[in-house]
Amino acid sequence: MGPPAGVAGGREIRRPKGRSSGMSLWVDRNAQNVLILPAVLMILAFSIFPLLMSLYLSLSRFRLVKGGYDLRFVGLRNFKKLVLGSEQYHLLGTFGQLTFWEWGLMALVVGFFAHWLYRFATSGRFWIFGFIGRVVTAVVLTGLLLLCLLVINQGGFPGTLVVTMFYVLAGVAVQFTIGLSLAVLCAQPIPFRNWFRLIFFVPMMVTPVGIAYAFRMLTDLSIGPFAPIWRALGFTNVSWAADPWSARMMVLTGESWQWIPFMFIVLLAALENVPREQVESAKLDGAGEWRIFRDITWPTIAPVAATVVLIRMIEAFKIIDFPNILTNGGPGIATESLTLHAFIAWRTQDLGISAAVGYTLLFVTAVTCVSFFNFVGRRLRERTEG
Amino acid sequence: MNGKRNGSLRRLLEPKDVNSMSPAGKMVTYGLLAFWAAVVLFPLYWVLITSLKLPIHVNDGPLYIPFIDFMPSLHAWEYIFFELGNDTLRPYLNSIVIAFFSTVLAVGIGSMAAYALVRFQYRPRFASVIAFLLILAVVVWMTIAVDLHWSLSVAIGLALFFLFLNTLGKRFQTRVGNDDILFWIISQRILPPVVAVLPIYVMFQQMRLLDTHIALIVTYMTVNLPIVVWLMRDFFASIPMDLEESAQIDGASRFQILLGIIMPLAKPGLAATSLFVLILSWNEYLLALFLSTADAQTMPLLVAAQNATRGPQWWYMSVLIVIMIVPVIVMAGILQRFIARGLLIGAVKG
Repeated sequence: MGPPAGVAGGREIRRPKGRSSGMSLWVDRNAQNVLILPAVLMILAFSIFPLLMSLYLSLSRFRLVKGGYDLRFVGLRNFKKLVLGSEQYHLLGTFGQLTFWEWGLMALVVGFFAHWLYRFATSGRFWIFGFIGRVVTAVVLTGLLLLCLLVINQGGFPGTLVVTMFYVLAGVAVQFTIGLSLAVLCAQPIPFRNWFRLIFFVPMMVTPVGIAYAFRMLTDLSIGPFAPIWRALGFTNVSWAADPWSARMMVLTGESWQWIPFMFIVLLAALENVPREQVESAKLDGAGEWRIFRDITWPTIAPVAATVVLIRMIEAFKIIDFPNILTNGGPGIATESLTLHAFIAWRTQDLGISAAVGYTLLFVTAVTCVSFFNFVGRRLRERTEG
Repeated sequence: MNGKRNGSLRRLLEPKDVNSMSPAGKMVTYGLLAFWAAVVLFPLYWVLITSLKLPIHVNDGPLYIPFIDFMPSLHAWEYIFFELGNDTLRPYLNSIVIAFFSTVLAVGIGSMAAYALVRFQYRPRFASVIAFLLILAVVVWMTIAVDLHWSLSVAIGLALFFLFLNTLGKRFQTRVGNDDILFWIISQRILPPVVAVLPIYVMFQQMRLLDTHIALIVTYMTVNLPIVVWLMRDFFASIPMDLEESAQIDGASRFQILLGIIMPLAKPGLAATSLFVLILSWNEYLLALFLSTADAQTMPLLVAAQNATRGPQWWYMSVLIVIMIVPVIVMAGILQRFIARGLLIGAVKG
């Protein structure tokens, strides 16, 4: 829409009248600061300040005593307890034995990262912070992979960190694949596509708590809508909530059901920006659907794809509603995410551990997302532009 | 070749011209789309009909179609709205008030900041930013560990900071720019709420604001600010400068320009951003779990609490879920033409 007619020339806008001219003049002259300060102050007060306070909490022990509480600085003891001590099974999991092939895979990954670092160090673009950042990325990702391998083997049991990583990586992969497929289907010139678009958008608006209960209802083996099917297949005595992996898959399904629409709607909008003439001329030249997608469509939507994956990854790390409602973190701790872990610790008045778990989550999220942004997202974008 | 024999098959598999699809392709496409539509709609349908069932209808096993399999009854709706009455309405009103005000504030304050980041150049010294953070850390430490009253330590911190600005601070020349500020604001989204919520809980406890609307409104607003700044910045960047300049020559102030010219032009962005933020606040669970217990309880908490007492009572729960979904869908229906564009602009450029 154009500018409102009366405003375009600026005559309709009232000038500051005499009555509060001192004040409004001051505000106008300092507009630069007045406009941005509220946002900055709010973030300082409710993000940065709590972040620092949380850091202190994570380094101290909190105890309720008579008539108040007692907070004592204990250094890294909380983290030590989580990583090496009595809470290790909860955060990291129980370790199994690595098989021969997994050692081989680890060696391959270490070799890959070493090569990557070496290439960066000898390329002309070497700078010290870039190198440190890459070392951190390499170490953290290798460590997380090793942890995943350790806990999925015989005798191992994943802790909240690995479970959260599973929700994030598997969830985002599923959401991206289905979201992109639906967007490709919906981008075709077919009748009723706007109806499908409208319907597909709905799950994003439903409250996660509600979805979690709806999925519990749907998967109920005796009163759910699919009960006759389960009965026919003979699944009457098993419960999906009792087996760790099926419970995790349920959480993943609920989360994906809710967030596929987000991927879908943004990718669809990106697909509509793909130059039509190029696609048409490629078709006339006899190019197949797959080649058109690979050579024309994908390069155009790649930056958007990288951005939605990044956004979803950031949000997926915070998952709590689904595990809490759908399975209550159970069986045992099998579906517990890091946020739920921190919440449970908080509920048992273990504020130090709660903050330490929160900080672990922050660290893993930050390293994963910044690495993705720097080494995948930026590359995709540069390739498109260059 | 053997065109005659395969004629009908070919007609099925090959498109008429370049721009249309083959009938078989169309069939597959519609099949897949219809399948996904069923995946999306069936859970919602199930919730809706469960809300119309009597307990006996639910517990007897699945009944699918109202009027044929079972007689719909408003029993659960009556229970939720009349017997529970205030216990439902209060959280519902809480949710409306909190979602509405936090959205308005977040979009207002966030748009102001986004506009400022597009139109002005900020060049704060890097050293002052670091100093500020260090002093903030000292303030936190003094408050918690040394047990100083918080107002006293904040005063000391402010004094230290201004002292630094006017003396040592002038020696450092490295500055940060708008992009750094923007990145800083957006990166707040990476911060898991569970890290920030413990101290926020303590803060509100100290201010005696725990379990009030204000606590939730302010927290939701801050959590959603980064999204607003991110999405709105690109809308403001796409509005040409000369409109503003001519208004400025005519003597309009910055705020008159912002309210009279810029905001109306950015309406699509404002609509999409508001809807997105509204959905996030309306459905928020974790922060509400920490910061509200009874008086400020929001709908997600009420729904979640249904499990607690006598096992899940699906029929009541379904009513609550339905009344939570309906307003959002109505809002989205009104604003739907803005949504895709609004989300896309942020995602493409961000």
